[in-house]
Amino acid sequence: MKRRQNQVVKALLALCAVFAVAPAANAMHIMEGYLPPVFCVAWGVVCLPFLYLGFTVLNKNVKENRKSMTLIAMAGAFVFVLSSLKIPSVTGSCSHMTGTGLGAILFGPCAVSVLGLIVLVFQAILLAHGGLTTLGANCFSMAIAGPVLSWLIYRGLSKTNVNKKLTIFLAAALGDIFTYCVTSLQLAMAYPSAEGGMMASAVKFLGVFAPTQLPLAVIEGILTVIVVIALESFAKSELKMIHFKAE
Amino acid sequence: MTAKNKKLIAILLAIVVVMVAAPFLALRGAEFGGSDDAGSVMVEEIKGEAYEPWFTPVLENMIHGEIPGEIESLIFCLQTGIGVGVIAFLMGRFYERKKWEDGKASASADVPDHVRVSEA
Repeated sequence: MKRRQNQVVKALLALCAVFAVAPAANAMHIMEGYLPPVFCVAWGVVCLPFLYLGFTVLNKNVKENRKSMTLIAMAGAFVFVLSSLKIPSVTGSCSHMTGTGLGAILFGPCAVSVLGLIVLVFQAILLAHGGLTTLGANCFSMAIAGPVLSWLIYRGLSKTNVNKKLTIFLAAALGDIFTYCVTSLQLAMAYPSAEGGMMASAVKFLGVFAPTQLPLAVIEGILTVIVVIALESFAKSELKMIHFKAE
Repeated sequence: MTAKNKKLIAILLAIVVVMVAAPFLALRGAEFGGSDDAGSVMVEEIKGEAYEPWFTPVLENMIHGEIPGEIESLIFCLQTGIGVGVIAFLMGRFYERKKWEDGKASASADVPDHVRVSEA
């Protein structure tokens, strides 16, 4: 094992240990019927421009070259798999990953909003997980806010000397965490505390979501790196097509 | 795929397995509870009263009750299956294509020069 890998492993172990003492909690999407109607509509409206841009981006990619469809399908399937796997976390409860980092890195954040929406609709209708009324809010946190951060981190660090794989890891992992930060904020905006108002609520909700999600975010980062390595090895021509810079 | 990357992937996968298995094995007796509870509990704590969601999920409306646990895991499996199916199919294609392309490249490199000229 190389020195850097050694350090990474140690850091991960330390992270696990820190969160082993956190209280039990579950972290998921906002439940059906748990946001006042005004918020449901407002978040839905906020999502619309992103979704429109997303459709445009995907359309452009497919028109430019039909073969980029395979990578779009791959990014979508990645979201499907990761958001369906409920992983036990160090807090003694389960949560799932988002899987949106890969798509954000490959196609930009807008395209992922469309892919994420598909998954959210699937889960809201068939699984009573998330919800149709909270679709807008959940779409914003999981399919827009998280991917936007992933994309910004990826873009920002790509210009520096930071190792490519580390960049991808950070982008995916932090995007995952950010999704749940935004979810906390969304709930806090709808349910400000009597004392301390919105920020107090935000801290409370974050206390529920963050500890469970942190180790999962690490796993998501790792899985995203693995998929990108595989794509760079076997799908170079497709990556070139969508202007993704291989190592 | 380079040998270095192969090794890296093996290590990373091992880390993932450990990270998933460790809490499950270490926290005996923990519930690893269901999905939507903690958030709603927190909502009630902040509001200081029981909260009645103003909309129930479509499917729960249709069957007049919660989706049974086994059915829920079936649908979650379906979701995973669809995703894995797509990824595995595409990766398989990419992999075989790479092999085929590499084979073709090395075959044409083996062909002596005079043969290639006559082909042209």
